[in-house]
Amino acid sequence: MTEQSFTFDGRPVAFRSGQSLGAALTAAGVRSWRTTRADGRPRGLFCGIGVCFDCLLVVDGRPNERACLQPAAAGMQVESQEGTGHGHLEV
Amino acid sequence: MAEPGSDVVVVGAGIIGAACAFFGARAGLSITVLDRGSVGGGTTSRCEGNILVSDKGPGPELDLALASRSLWLDLAAEHGAERYELEEKGGLVVATSEAGLSSLRSFAAGQGTGGVIAEPVASERLRDHEPNLAAGLPGGAFYPQDMQVQPVLAAASLLAAARDLGARVVTGEEVTGALRGADGRITAVRTARTTYPTAAVVNAAGTWGAVVGERLGGTVPVLPRRGFILVTEPLPRVVRHKVYSADYVDNVASGDAGLETSAVVEGTRGGTVLIGASRERVGFDETLSVEVLRRLAAQAVRLFPFLAQVRLMRSYRGFRPYCPDHLPVIGSDRRVPGLLHACGHEGAGIGLAPATGRLVADLLTGAPPQLDPAAFDPMRFVLEDA
Repeated sequence: MTEQSFTFDGRPVAFRSGQSLGAALTAAGVRSWRTTRADGRPRGLFCGIGVCFDCLLVVDGRPNERACLQPAAAGMQVESQEGTGHGHLEV
Repeated sequence: MAEPGSDVVVVGAGIIGAACAFFGARAGLSITVLDRGSVGGGTTSRCEGNILVSDKGPGPELDLALASRSLWLDLAAEHGAERYELEEKGGLVVATSEAGLSSLRSFAAGQGTGGVIAEPVASERLRDHEPNLAAGLPGGAFYPQDMQVQPVLAAASLLAAARDLGARVVTGEEVTGALRGADGRITAVRTARTTYPTAAVVNAAGTWGAVVGERLGGTVPVLPRRGFILVTEPLPRVVRHKVYSADYVDNVASGDAGLETSAVVEGTRGGTVLIGASRERVGFDETLSVEVLRRLAAQAVRLFPFLAQVRLMRSYRGFRPYCPDHLPVIGSDRRVPGLLHACGHEGAGIGLAPATGRLVADLLTGAPPQLDPAAFDPMRFVLEDA
């Protein structure tokens, strides 16, 4: 089977077909990829089934994707997320 | 075996029951609160926590709302605003047509005579209040008195304050009926498990007030009016006030059973934006309606175009306690001595809760009521024989 990869904060992360971003990152030893809005605390997978919205990250420029639900795809540019991901809307 | 007796049993641990318990306990009464579910588990947890004067014209409900608003401020000053997450955010009502603007202007002028502060906002000034608002809306009105609390937290905090004054709160306890003496007076409340001796019962069961009233011997015509709310992903502060379209006021006042929607948008402390509001009378049907969600989302995007780029996290729905004349039912039930009602506040229960609780406490203790309760008399629905 050919090795596929996406990038996470610029470095390649390998994944198997059908794996979620959250599963691939965890398998690669990455446990957190978001900071909380109020206190900047680290967050990663919590419920793992799409309910808790804790494992948010930025996928190809789109903030607030759930890592546990988003299937990994070759060439995806995944970034860790700070805050709401919508800072430009603040009034 | 019976439980220890109390002066008053309050049925319902939502915001109204909590307020009745708090003001009753403060007046020196011993109070037991019973709820078949949990604290704030009914409509209190399905709303937005609004304390509004902006949607009310002059009349008894506005008088109750203004009295209640000042009691909310007193409670926040006494216990700390954080106990309720009380926010004096203000409301911005936006007209979406020239005709809508002229009726908003005349409605607002009438409100002024009832004690509501309404500041006209010209089209070009709307975005000073709400920078993310759509361009080109004809105008609106700003209502600095509108406020918001976190409703479940507020109910829990009021009950905690009542307990500090000696009240007892029992959840998971469903009221099944009342025991009455030879003179017809209530002597105890029966539950599935036990009985609670008491001299008086307050029916604060909200949307379920008709059923509870019937079990206690005096029903009231409270019906469910369903509403959906959409919840966005957490955002920075994107909406400063409660913002709604002017047709919301007509929807609230309507008696139509069919679906009515109007755009209502506001932020929360947690960062999510709440989007309402729909009204329809379909009984206690909890079925998710994609059509309602679609309409709510589309209307909100017309007011705040950025919302089209924002994800929805979930939706919820609940049942407002609707009365045919849109007024709450507060007062003694003369068919059943010892029974009082405090329910039927429709979509305004959070805002109206403290004044309702204080009025009930006045009625229970015989103190002169600080507000004329005549318009809320439960007997207005009953043809009384001589």
